[in-house]
Amino acid sequence: MNVLPVILWSDALVWLMALAALVLGLLSRRQPPLAAAWRRVGRSRPGMAAATVVAVFVVVGLLDSLHYRPALDTPAAGASAAPAYAIETLSVLDALAVPLRLRGEKTYSAPLATHAFAKETQEIRAADGSVQQVRDFPRLRFGGAHLLREEAPAEATDGDTANANAGVSRRTADPSATTDASPVSSAMAPSALPATSAMSEKAAALAAARQYDISRRVGVAVLSALIVWAGVVVWVVQLLARRESLAFAEVGRRLWRGETVFAWRAVLLTLAAIALVVAPMLALAGDYHVFGTDKVGQDVFYQVLKSVRTALVIGLVTTLTTLPLAIFFGLAAGYFRGWIDDLIQYLYTTLNSIPGVLLIAAAVLMMQVLIDTHPQWFATAAERADLRLLALCFILGLTSWTGLARLLRGEAMKLRELEFVQAAQSFGVSDLRIIARHILPNVMHIVVIALVMDFSSLVLAEAVLSYVGIGVDPTMISFGTMINNARLELAREPAVWWSLAAAFTFMVALVLAANLLADAVRDAFDARLVGSS
Amino acid sequence: MLAYILRRLLYAVPILIGVNVITFALFFIVNTPDDMARMQLGVKRVTAEAVAAWKSERGYDKPLFVNTAATGTGRVTDTIFFTQSARMFAGDFGRAEDGRDIGHEIQSRMGPSLAIAVPTFVLGLLASISLALLLAFFRATALDFWGVVLCVAAMSVSGLFYIIGGQFLISKVWKLVPISGYAGGLDAWKFLLLPVFIGVVSGLGASTRWYRTIFLEEIGKDYVRTARAKGLPETLILFRHVLRNAMIPILTGVVAVIPLLFMGSLLTESFFGIPGLGSYTIDAINSQDFAVVRAMVFIGSALYIVGLLLTDLSYALVDPRIRFDR
Repeated sequence: MNVLPVILWSDALVWLMALAALVLGLLSRRQPPLAAAWRRVGRSRPGMAAATVVAVFVVVGLLDSLHYRPALDTPAAGASAAPAYAIETLSVLDALAVPLRLRGEKTYSAPLATHAFAKETQEIRAADGSVQQVRDFPRLRFGGAHLLREEAPAEATDGDTANANAGVSRRTADPSATTDASPVSSAMAPSALPATSAMSEKAAALAAARQYDISRRVGVAVLSALIVWAGVVVWVVQLLARRESLAFAEVGRRLWRGETVFAWRAVLLTLAAIALVVAPMLALAGDYHVFGTDKVGQDVFYQVLKSVRTALVIGLVTTLTTLPLAIFFGLAAGYFRGWIDDLIQYLYTTLNSIPGVLLIAAAVLMMQVLIDTHPQWFATAAERADLRLLALCFILGLTSWTGLARLLRGEAMKLRELEFVQAAQSFGVSDLRIIARHILPNVMHIVVIALVMDFSSLVLAEAVLSYVGIGVDPTMISFGTMINNARLELAREPAVWWSLAAAFTFMVALVLAANLLADAVRDAFDARLVGSS
Repeated sequence: MLAYILRRLLYAVPILIGVNVITFALFFIVNTPDDMARMQLGVKRVTAEAVAAWKSERGYDKPLFVNTAATGTGRVTDTIFFTQSARMFAGDFGRAEDGRDIGHEIQSRMGPSLAIAVPTFVLGLLASISLALLLAFFRATALDFWGVVLCVAAMSVSGLFYIIGGQFLISKVWKLVPISGYAGGLDAWKFLLLPVFIGVVSGLGASTRWYRTIFLEEIGKDYVRTARAKGLPETLILFRHVLRNAMIPILTGVVAVIPLLFMGSLLTESFFGIPGLGSYTIDAINSQDFAVVRAMVFIGSALYIVGLLLTDLSYALVDPRIRFDR
């Protein structure tokens, strides 16, 4: 397929962060204290379980950070003509999730439903050609559409064209359905019972078929997930056995008892749990809406997947702004003291004293004016939304560097009095070099702790900001926009709960995992805690 | 002491000026008043005259910092910076887009905000300190472990979900209290129950965990060991010694927040339809009313600075080791 790769700014930064994390990991291997700290993280069972969950989210986010614009089919144009590309920017995740992305319903439908959530007036044509109007729940266009397709003829034709041209799979069956009704309903028609009893019978058959289909798929998915997982376990044990030159059974026993240095058991059990949850969802996602559909009929599962990237970008890219500011100003203030210290303290007290939400609101409003008045800067809507996301990260970073800077200032003040720094000073080493070579490596643990601790609070902040209307672009799918769109749905009668429930579950999973990982990292890196335990 | 307070108050002035300059830069230099006018009037039916009229109506047609056309003090005072930003120091916030006086609006909205924020703050503090004491008392037991796990889980849930879920369960399913709204005077209590309860619950996880760390840090100190060596019972140590000493970091940390209670809570107020300052801010953000947002930024930072001052003073009051006569 002909595609035009698109590198959005946030993509570049996300991959840059991933690369930086990799490089940092490799570098810290050569620094014994850092390496020891990371090994302590590896020993923490809750930490490694959380890390596994975070890793799954990161994979989804990274897949969603490879963007392209598909080529349009232009049959009229010759081969020599420059290919035209769609205005829509897609990601690799979109390509993998085509069934989720394209199979939109008309409006709400419950998770795994075969029928819409609200009743609609439908016209049912009986055998004699008379048309009956019935108010009932219409079949979904895609959700469970493969069930009873052969004998699903007396189907709703509510005359709306969207329904007609979207039901790709059903179109072949439709002509026969409209001309002659099903044998069941024609048999029932002469009797006193109207078509409703036939329909209820059919509904029962459909419900049974749906239940069978779902349990079959879940069963197959669980089984295959377990088989794959067992394969992974065997592979890990073999790897460990070879590395430590121990017997396979011995390594297996140690792993089973949780006696390995690296918390392999926690990782593998978490993987099993993830596989058991994710595999059935994937098996069902092709033909059902696992988490239902939202108001405009978009699959909620797809929205949740797309939200992951937004959350990761907010949580990671923001630190790109925070870190340089905090490290530069914090260390400079603590090392040089005097008027530089006063100036920097004044700067961060001033920034800190503006209530965060309001500063962000002011900045985002201004950014929006800037974006709206310069439409010529952006080729696609995705680029515009992306710029707003980046602006949000930048602004969040501007408001959140002060805490870390204050910590680093205090630490630098302590370090500059130590002998090794004073020795360097008396040798005539330049200040910049002292900061870079002697101070910075000794505050890295604080930086790492601050990084992981900030992540979850940033993800939570995004949801609140998007609710207030100063978060990401309304067209960009994020946990915040999902909650914002769905917040009134619980007030409906009956309540539409699935959008909120899905956003809730995934957001809690991500934030909880990040929090637990952050705790493990803090415990491992905080010298005070390490010394005491 | 008095000299110290005066010095700190003087120190606040450059910070407020800094805040003012930053907001001014954000609102008037990054985007010109012309942009704002087009935004407010709508992009389509905008004419040069309409923009000019909009600007002169609000006094945005003056030069930014120096008015070269005017004479005397008018060179400085007849500018956007002076008329829009400097007057805030005198408590004059100008008018909102709908023509209402912002200062008056803020005064009338302060009451409902405080009616929510103060009980939430006090009850939340009491609840989380009690829970933290409980966890500290049963430290290193299963109760402590699962309590901390619960705290981490509770702080991983977005505040939005507490509000949405609470409204759904308590107001819609159980029909205990009205879902949202507000009434003046004493009738307000039934509208306050739910937001206060949700406010307390949603803050519980993070603060309980934080106070527990403070208690545990205090328990590790030497005077506690001495008290135990004397044979004092553990409960007495915890309530008489540890609690009192741990109150120092807790109180000083909490004091900084008190002035900001005036600002109200953005989320709670907008979800529960309470006519306080938080919902005022949200409405202003949504209708892009820059004058109101600017006024709130100014008030917020002034309150923050008061909070900093209170923190320093509270250190001196509760901790006799700290003196200010240097």
